[in-house]
Amino acid sequence: MQIPAPFDYVRASSVDNALALLDRHGAESRVVAGGHSLLPMMKLRLARPDWLIDINDLYELDYLLVDGPVLRIGAMARHTTLLESDDIKRLFPIITDAERVIADPIVRNRGTIGGSLCQADPAEDLSTVCHVLEAVAVVRGPAGERMLSMADFHRGPYETAVAQNELLIEVRMPIRASSGSAYEKVERRVGDWAVAAAGASVTLGSDGTISHVAVGLTAVGLDRTVTEVEAVLVGQAPTEALFVEAGRLASLACDPLADQRGPIDYKRHLADELTRRVLRAACRRAAASVSEITI
Amino acid sequence: MQINLTVNGTDVTREIEPRVLLVHFIRDDLRLTGTHWGCDTSNCGTCVVLMDGQPVKSCTVLAAMADGHAITTVEGLANGATLDPVQQGFMEEHGLQCGFCTPGMMLTARALLDHNPHPEPLEIREAISGQICRCTGYATIVRSIQWAAEHSISAADTAEEEVRA
Repeated sequence: MQIPAPFDYVRASSVDNALALLDRHGAESRVVAGGHSLLPMMKLRLARPDWLIDINDLYELDYLLVDGPVLRIGAMARHTTLLESDDIKRLFPIITDAERVIADPIVRNRGTIGGSLCQADPAEDLSTVCHVLEAVAVVRGPAGERMLSMADFHRGPYETAVAQNELLIEVRMPIRASSGSAYEKVERRVGDWAVAAAGASVTLGSDGTISHVAVGLTAVGLDRTVTEVEAVLVGQAPTEALFVEAGRLASLACDPLADQRGPIDYKRHLADELTRRVLRAACRRAAASVSEITI
Repeated sequence: MQINLTVNGTDVTREIEPRVLLVHFIRDDLRLTGTHWGCDTSNCGTCVVLMDGQPVKSCTVLAAMADGHAITTVEGLANGATLDPVQQGFMEEHGLQCGFCTPGMMLTARALLDHNPHPEPLEIREAISGQICRCTGYATIVRSIQWAAEHSISAADTAEEEVRA
């Protein structure tokens, strides 16, 4: 039977209250949102907080808002909410693609975007998605709010820039016209960690060439976007030959480890193939979004 | 700490240790042993209960987190002596073999039909994709849920009827 070590439990009633509780209980306190990463770690005694601060009552952080050129997602928005959002499907299909394959439908009822990003698991899909979309993390602490790019937010496996007395409260995604995005993952079965996954976002210029592109990889040892691919694609008209070259570069840029999910060459093969697929889908969607505007 | 919640429509107040998981609270404190305890790792889904109408894996929710919420377990599905259409469906279409996954499967089915009264077979498969039937009886589970959909008068249908009338 897996039971966490003893701890004290307190529910936060507001963001300010959560910050005050974090301040009061110090280094051995942890925030719990959906709990589907932290509670398993506590059961295995990989995490042993003295205080658990439950933020599930912070409904003020459970929102999705198209605010001019930015989509604002509250840190407590559940995976199910993101999956079912028509705004997200329209503006950022990469999020819909990813949410379909995050954990399973029941876990998605509890898990939150804020929890996923703060867990910073190397196989975490939304971290890749946020890198690709050039999302900004809004982090609040006693000294006020700070905005962090994903490169600054994400410090490495299981590590973020969120300090002990701070809380991730919002994720912002810039909305780009004439854009498309996609995500695809290979997993052994529903709910398992990814063997590998890829995400892409593409913006087309008025002449039909790629004016902006970002490609990210999940679970293959690359904490940044695949800048090598971006350098080759920008300014080019999307073609299959270009996607093949992008796939080759992605497979070289990553640094996967061999484990029970597969050997290194298989994971590089997936990085290659999945990069081609998401670029193809993202370009197709970007072209469709251009024609919608002209109509 | 003290928690107050509703379980199958009944108010419950108990003193608990904060580290008690909802599945053990339901089974050991409330003695509602219809909720099964399986993998401990939120993979198998036999511990699924409804929290405010939504399926959750009760091995990965603290009883403390259920404070103030409404929980439905398999014992709360039937209405007195009348089985829920989902339970009837599992009977009609042989939706269970060993029965271990059945309570969780039925609660997920109930939530699915409340949300989507006429699901396609693929939607049913998607809904139960976080649950494992070790007897591998998935085909009959899907048929059982379809049976329930075909034999349910859902709230949405009733509203439609009322509009037509």
